[in-house]
Amino acid sequence: MSSLLAASSADVPFPILSALVVTPFLGALLMLVLPNGRPEYFKQVAFLVSGAVAGMTAWVMVEFDKHTADEFQFVDSAEWIAGLGISWTLGLDGISLWLVVLTAALFPLTILAIEAEHTPKAYYAWLLLLEAGVMGVFLALDLFAFFVFFEIVLVPMYFLIGQWGHGARAYAATKFFVYTMFGSAFMLVGILATAFLTAAETGNAVSFDLVYLAEEQALATTTARWIFLSFAVAFAVKVPLFPVHTWLPDAHTNAPTAGSVILAGVMLKLGTYGLLRFGIYLFPEASVYFAPALVALGTIGIIYGAIAATMQKDLKRLVAYSSVAHLGFIVIGTFALNTEGLSGGLLQMVNHGISTGALFLLVGWIYDRRHTRLIAELGGLQKPAPVFAAVFMVVMLSSVGLPGLNGFVGEFLALLGAFAAHRWWAIVAATGVVIAALYLLWAYQRVFHGPAEGDNAEMKDLTWSEGAIMVPFLAAIFVMGLYPAPVLERMEPAVDALIEHIEGNVEDFDEADADQGEDLDVDDLKDLGKKKDSKATDESALVEGGAG
Amino acid sequence: MLALLAQEVDFVRPAIDWHAVAPELTLLAFGALVTVMDIVWLERGRRLTSSVASIALLVTMIPIVTLALDGEDRVMFGGAFVVDNYALVMKAMFLVAGYVVVLLSTNYVAEGDYWESEYYGLLLSSILGMVLMASARDLITVFVALELLSIPAYMLATWRKRDLKSNEAGLKYYLMGVFASAIMLYGMSLLYGGAGSTLLADINEAVSVDGSPSAIVVVGVIFVIIGFAFKVSAFPFHTWAPDTYEGAPTPVTAFLSVASKAAGFVALLNLLFVGFFGRDDVYEPLIWILAAASMTVGNLVALRQTNLVRMLAYSGVAQAGYMLAPLAVASDVGDAALTATVTYLLVYAAMNLGAFAIVLAVARKTRSAEIDSFKGLFGYAPGLTIAMSVFLFSLAGIPPLGGWWAKFRVMEAVIEAESASGVVLGVFVAVNSVIALYYYARIGLGMWAEDAPNGDTTPIRVPASLVSALAITAALTIAFGVYPPLVSEFDVTLLAGGLGG
Repeated sequence: MSSLLAASSADVPFPILSALVVTPFLGALLMLVLPNGRPEYFKQVAFLVSGAVAGMTAWVMVEFDKHTADEFQFVDSAEWIAGLGISWTLGLDGISLWLVVLTAALFPLTILAIEAEHTPKAYYAWLLLLEAGVMGVFLALDLFAFFVFFEIVLVPMYFLIGQWGHGARAYAATKFFVYTMFGSAFMLVGILATAFLTAAETGNAVSFDLVYLAEEQALATTTARWIFLSFAVAFAVKVPLFPVHTWLPDAHTNAPTAGSVILAGVMLKLGTYGLLRFGIYLFPEASVYFAPALVALGTIGIIYGAIAATMQKDLKRLVAYSSVAHLGFIVIGTFALNTEGLSGGLLQMVNHGISTGALFLLVGWIYDRRHTRLIAELGGLQKPAPVFAAVFMVVMLSSVGLPGLNGFVGEFLALLGAFAAHRWWAIVAATGVVIAALYLLWAYQRVFHGPAEGDNAEMKDLTWSEGAIMVPFLAAIFVMGLYPAPVLERMEPAVDALIEHIEGNVEDFDEADADQGEDLDVDDLKDLGKKKDSKATDESALVEGGAG
Repeated sequence: MLALLAQEVDFVRPAIDWHAVAPELTLLAFGALVTVMDIVWLERGRRLTSSVASIALLVTMIPIVTLALDGEDRVMFGGAFVVDNYALVMKAMFLVAGYVVVLLSTNYVAEGDYWESEYYGLLLSSILGMVLMASARDLITVFVALELLSIPAYMLATWRKRDLKSNEAGLKYYLMGVFASAIMLYGMSLLYGGAGSTLLADINEAVSVDGSPSAIVVVGVIFVIIGFAFKVSAFPFHTWAPDTYEGAPTPVTAFLSVASKAAGFVALLNLLFVGFFGRDDVYEPLIWILAAASMTVGNLVALRQTNLVRMLAYSGVAQAGYMLAPLAVASDVGDAALTATVTYLLVYAAMNLGAFAIVLAVARKTRSAEIDSFKGLFGYAPGLTIAMSVFLFSLAGIPPLGGWWAKFRVMEAVIEAESASGVVLGVFVAVNSVIALYYYARIGLGMWAEDAPNGDTTPIRVPASLVSALAITAALTIAFGVYPPLVSEFDVTLLAGGLGG
């Protein structure tokens, strides 16, 4: 991977990735100097700025070379703090591409979908700052820069929950902030230890460059395991994994709708992306060593989240707990450490962003109309709001993982990978799918079926503008459910490169491959790389078959 | 015999490098000018004194800049007075911090109808002591500089003389300060007795012998460090700080919490790096304990505070702990520890002065420094709210603000030591950052999200001097974080190596 840094940066005259980070940041500053007299401008400017980011991301997506998706493209590097080998290095490969696209798409839609309840100036400024931070996390290829963005993200979300939230908003915001900060404090120790111990082992100057540190692999096994743990704690809080998940239901329940959408849609992925990009890539041996533990925690999260969701009386809290369960699938897929699992986990990150983001939007709209989220107070909404109910049904089924919709592909691949690697955990996790169907369908039934009484009978159906916002979500749900190949074929080279990286650095590692059902030799890997294209098509065919 | 005596009495003036002492002399001249103005013009001079004081500090920057451009290390009085990069950086910091304090004081002192000429005269002499401290490489020079900076500060703390709390503040500060001086002086006398010289470089040679240190050296080193632990308000020698900070006039509190603390650190750095460097088996465990205890206790107690100034006092105790942390691994990482502490001092000066500027601005309306009185600030003073958020989150160490870079340097130094004690200290810093975040963020959220007490949303009129103070501190706080080379590419080097007289 490292050799390409120099090559591809020469091809890009315009630092497009820096623009993705800097544009929303400048937008946030612009928001501060806009006059207070015309509050409607705030939303328009915020939408324009995030729309511009989405436009640039679309260009990046089109220009992205899928044949070299295992390499960092559009690399954009500048010296930042020369004395410590810290640089501003941004880059994009098949792993981060879709998360960047998801981020770029979700922000303008969220800004469009929800009005600020009060103080719009600060509200949109925080949202744009949040977008800058999230983009930075997904693009950073320097550990220092990554950590800076990882922390920046917390502040806007803290204020979004604390200022525009409901109920115990200050409590929820503080809990979110302190939990995440606790994790990342350890990660900082880990980052510094990685950089300095590598420098000490190799005798080179200190560098925080991700690719350099990953390829160097100079750390002693035990040291690397400890450092991996310090990273894993930070990411586990962010994901969140059981047992450090307790901030999530509070944050989601009390956050404003936009906060929930962004939190579920992209911010939880910072944790799983971090595990993938920094955990596995930097510490392959430690990842293999700790994989069983992480798969176990992921499985516990699936079952625990599902059971907790079943018990919830508040619709939003139910969706929040369902996130804990869904993120569990991502983790078990990722730590299956095979092509299917990693691709499934990665795909599921995007899918969860789409379907849970949409679910939070819909729940937010229900709250706007009915001023309650308690399932017991809702009922029979299908009669006054049939279109709303239909859209909710589709989104919910995508979240359940109905074949033909996007959720199925990711979950299926993740479970397939996990089954090959950790059979019994995968079987337990699979029951989570069943419980998910139970609690979501049950919730749907209680909210939308039955007789509509009182205010429920008066509920307004989906408006045209709300419908227009839902169109991209629904399109993504169907397209990715029926034909995921374009997405998968851009991911897989990067995923395979990651697995090769593990194999190159861990002596007795065998990829538990679902196709072969037997252990692979390192020699077979070259053939495997060639087989990937046909395999991707096989999988999509399988999915189509399931949909039919 | 007589001839011998006559020969010894024959005084030869040591060579004086006038360029090197130009900053001290300029400050001294202006301090005298302020006093003379007061004597000659009486009340008529009053209006001018704050301007003269700020001009004094700015003019003193000129020789600092020329010395920096010259770039040569200057050594005088047999090594007792040294001007090198490190000294210049610290001197510049004291002058800028002093300038900001003058800006903070201008309206406060004039409108409060306090003595003005004396105030600025004392302020200038205290800053003179600090500027001298940066160059002091001799026990006597260190002690003289310390008293020169402390005695005016004792008086400044009681400046609101009809206020009991202010009297309490000054008295506590004075008694504790004198107590600390006494302990320190005792330690110094032991060291002098052991080394036979007051020069730090000579002391280093005398104490840095192989094998276990003698009891005299151990006690001397420990007493001197403890004396300065009072000055920098490290736990458990911090007890004066909250009461003094709360009772003293707010600009003086800002001065004490930033400049005076920094002067204590400068003295500690001089002593540790030049005087005791070879004796790390004595000072490192002591500093380790002071650092870990200061940050933990400071942060835990700060959690419970309801008054912002007291909270800043305890957070200052914790911050002193972070600044001490790199010194606990000084022998392993050398220059990196020095750079980390110096970086932290510079950034801390900017962000803490900024926070006090906000306290002053808001108190102009609310007449209170209670944390509750900051609620709803965003509704009527959005600019102040944004600035205060910058300072608070910088103190909490959130990127991309200066405090983050400072904390990063500290973490870097303790991890770079690659020792178990360094890593454990790093974990202390990490956990404490989280605890600290809680109380800083709580104030932030209160300002943005809560309603103003009593629904009072009349805007605050902020005088021009406070606006400039805020502009300077906020710009520095942000710049240090966004482009860290600004604050850490000074060539501050290990003093013990480059010295010798």
